[in-house]
Amino acid sequence: MSTAQLVSSLEKEDRTQPGYTDEGLHELSFIRKYVFSTDHKTIAKQFLFLSLFFLVVGGALAGMMRWQLGFPGQPLPGGGVFPDTMAPGGIILPEFYNSLVTMHGTIMIFFAIMPLLVGVFGNLLIPLQLGAPDMAFPRLNMASFWLAVVAGTVMMASFLVEGGAAGAGWTSYAPLSTSGEWTGVYLGQQLWLVSLIIMGASSLTGAVNYITTVINMRAPGMTWFRIPLPTWSLFITAILILLAIPILTGGLIMLLFDQLIGTTFFIPAGSGEPLLWQHIFWFFGHPEVYILILPAMGIVSEVLSCRARKPIFGYHAMVLAMVSIAFLGWVVWGHHMFQSGMNPMLGTSFMISTVVIAVPSAIKTFNWLGTLWRGDIHFDTPMLHALSFVSMFIIGGLSGIFMAAPAVDIYLHDTYFIVAHLHYVLFGGSLFGIFAGITFWFPKMFGRMMGEGLGKVHFWLTFIFYNLVFFPMHNLGIQGMMRRLYDPNEYEFLQPLQEMSTFISISAFLLVGTQSLFAFNFFWSMFRGRQAPANPWNSNTLEWTVPSPPPHGNFAVMPTVYRGPYEYSSPEVDADFYPQDRPPPGAGPGGQAAPEPTPGPAPTPEPVAGD
Amino acid sequence: MNHSATAVMDPRHPMPGMQVYNLKLGMWIFLLSEVMFFTSLIGSYIILRFAHPEHWTEPGVILNVSLTAVNTFLLICSSVTMVKAFAAIEQGDQKGLKLWLLATILIGASFVGIQFFEYTKLIHEGFVPNFAAYTAEGANLYGATFYLMTGFHGAHVTIGVLCLSFVLFRAMKGAYTSESYGGVEIIGLYWHFVDLVWIILFTIVYLL
Repeated sequence: MSTAQLVSSLEKEDRTQPGYTDEGLHELSFIRKYVFSTDHKTIAKQFLFLSLFFLVVGGALAGMMRWQLGFPGQPLPGGGVFPDTMAPGGIILPEFYNSLVTMHGTIMIFFAIMPLLVGVFGNLLIPLQLGAPDMAFPRLNMASFWLAVVAGTVMMASFLVEGGAAGAGWTSYAPLSTSGEWTGVYLGQQLWLVSLIIMGASSLTGAVNYITTVINMRAPGMTWFRIPLPTWSLFITAILILLAIPILTGGLIMLLFDQLIGTTFFIPAGSGEPLLWQHIFWFFGHPEVYILILPAMGIVSEVLSCRARKPIFGYHAMVLAMVSIAFLGWVVWGHHMFQSGMNPMLGTSFMISTVVIAVPSAIKTFNWLGTLWRGDIHFDTPMLHALSFVSMFIIGGLSGIFMAAPAVDIYLHDTYFIVAHLHYVLFGGSLFGIFAGITFWFPKMFGRMMGEGLGKVHFWLTFIFYNLVFFPMHNLGIQGMMRRLYDPNEYEFLQPLQEMSTFISISAFLLVGTQSLFAFNFFWSMFRGRQAPANPWNSNTLEWTVPSPPPHGNFAVMPTVYRGPYEYSSPEVDADFYPQDRPPPGAGPGGQAAPEPTPGPAPTPEPVAGD
Repeated sequence: MNHSATAVMDPRHPMPGMQVYNLKLGMWIFLLSEVMFFTSLIGSYIILRFAHPEHWTEPGVILNVSLTAVNTFLLICSSVTMVKAFAAIEQGDQKGLKLWLLATILIGASFVGIQFFEYTKLIHEGFVPNFAAYTAEGANLYGATFYLMTGFHGAHVTIGVLCLSFVLFRAMKGAYTSESYGGVEIIGLYWHFVDLVWIILFTIVYLL
């Protein structure tokens, strides 16, 4: 294809071209500007509100579960609002408890954490950090958001249908999930499947968009190893989504057919293979685990480097570690299935591949510590959340290594030890990463600073209550308490653990209550916060070179990138940061000169002190 | 590093990145996810068939191999006509573009038509995906995997025919030139992919 053809085809997508009818060129209606918007920043905010809503829903479901576990058989305060099919007189029914467990997991993973990390930060950061005017396919981006809304609506609607919402766990193991005979849930389980198929389509359109944008829409000079780590992590995550989600979609469709048209893919009565579902689910599910943590790692790397005023330790190693985690994530799914009757030989090989993942994870952890070492650490809210991410990720990662050994897993499988582990990586890891990201980029999104005092109070209370909730769960698990248990007191050996369960529940209520501080801070700051300057954190990456919030099309002039994203405290300049688009000293005005000093005999101008 | 300096001059020509326009790159990436989707279906088929070989019959006992061989030939021909349509617009030949697009649509539609005829006949003979209603030789896993894989492929062909019709509609309005033919190229990529999937499915479902 000739250059002329390339240019003509690019023109169609290039929103900076004259004649592109969008905001800035003519006034858009309210609906096109805020509802059916194609602007990546608006879509990021839409995803933010949607997924924060689902975070509240997921938290409320968890709260109800904790009520049942902390105070079994006692009426839920205000539980009278529930119909008799869920909680007669406020006492949660076992069937409803199954739905709570299932929907808490499903909503938190697919509708809260995943859209928060990928939908919000993917949309916000990828074009801004690359120096692009928007995503490669803005309309596809809009479709991605509205598909997520449809999926979320279907998922919520399943609470209202007869039989209630899905109750076979977020993993929906066959044959439990194949028929309402076992769970008492018929339509709810089908809606669960349909909703996840739609959500998969949403994630997929997003992933195609992100990958194309990262490959093709970078500003001049933005070579692969100058891309900021959040964008790197989102790029790798998008590849995982692209390849993992279709596998799940295939499995979901087969499960739906088993329910609707009488096939027996997973039903042993018709020669189906229940284990096949587990293989399909976890072949998707383990890359999914890294979909849920990699973007948080990227966000935290950015915040740590910026708030410690030091270059990230081992930038290339950080990128390569993420790439290798993403690769290894495809060959470890069997470690979820040690107890499924799989061949023990296979279990050993899955153990080895799983333990190998500890190597890139440790590289990342030590590099974060190396970044902090002798840094000029600013303990502001995003930094506190990022530091908490690192420490909690270490705990969650180490408990993961215990369970990776089949011999240990025989004992720990499906106990509260697993619940503790997964919350240490998903809450302690992903959610603290999300809090770090929201507090760090809030000024860029809304043009106002978030309240720092309230932010710190929220952080410390969250950090304390979070550990009080989830750390004791390790103990419960080691003492043999099974997860997804409606009433542990039915087992005599678990009765002495009731006090600990009650303690966890009270901590959980306080943890949920603490989040109202965040909600208040969020909305108060959005309208009343201090006006944010373009670059409140003295950061290097391109999103901080444009006003807060950035105008439509992001960059008035396409930026040129001269260096990597983490040149903090560089000896070349006086200030302790060195933005990626600032021409090196000695370059001509306007950055039109060669972006890097020419090596060779010609003397390059020395940086002038006090430049 | 002079190329960066020239890139500043022409903001429409971002220097990093592949020298492929976004739509084409996006289609390639989307097709990767399609590969994984069909992998999940084909992988399940392989596992189920190895686990329960007694559900399957010898090839050709239930399925009409020769009819489908004709259908396979048709679909391969439609890939050829798609290439001809693409070659035509590369030369700026508007008439050729429309003609070959129309040929591709007609062949694609007849593939779906023949498949529909095949399905009707098989269901009439009792070869159904449904476990409870099973009457034919072989057993239900054979039927279930057969309809699952060929059905999703058929859906892809149908969507392809609809998209091709849209491209033809745009071609009638003169939307494509020898300078700009992105739409024809990316629907062509999709069409060849669907064709390729069929060759795999035909082999493993009908011949093996």
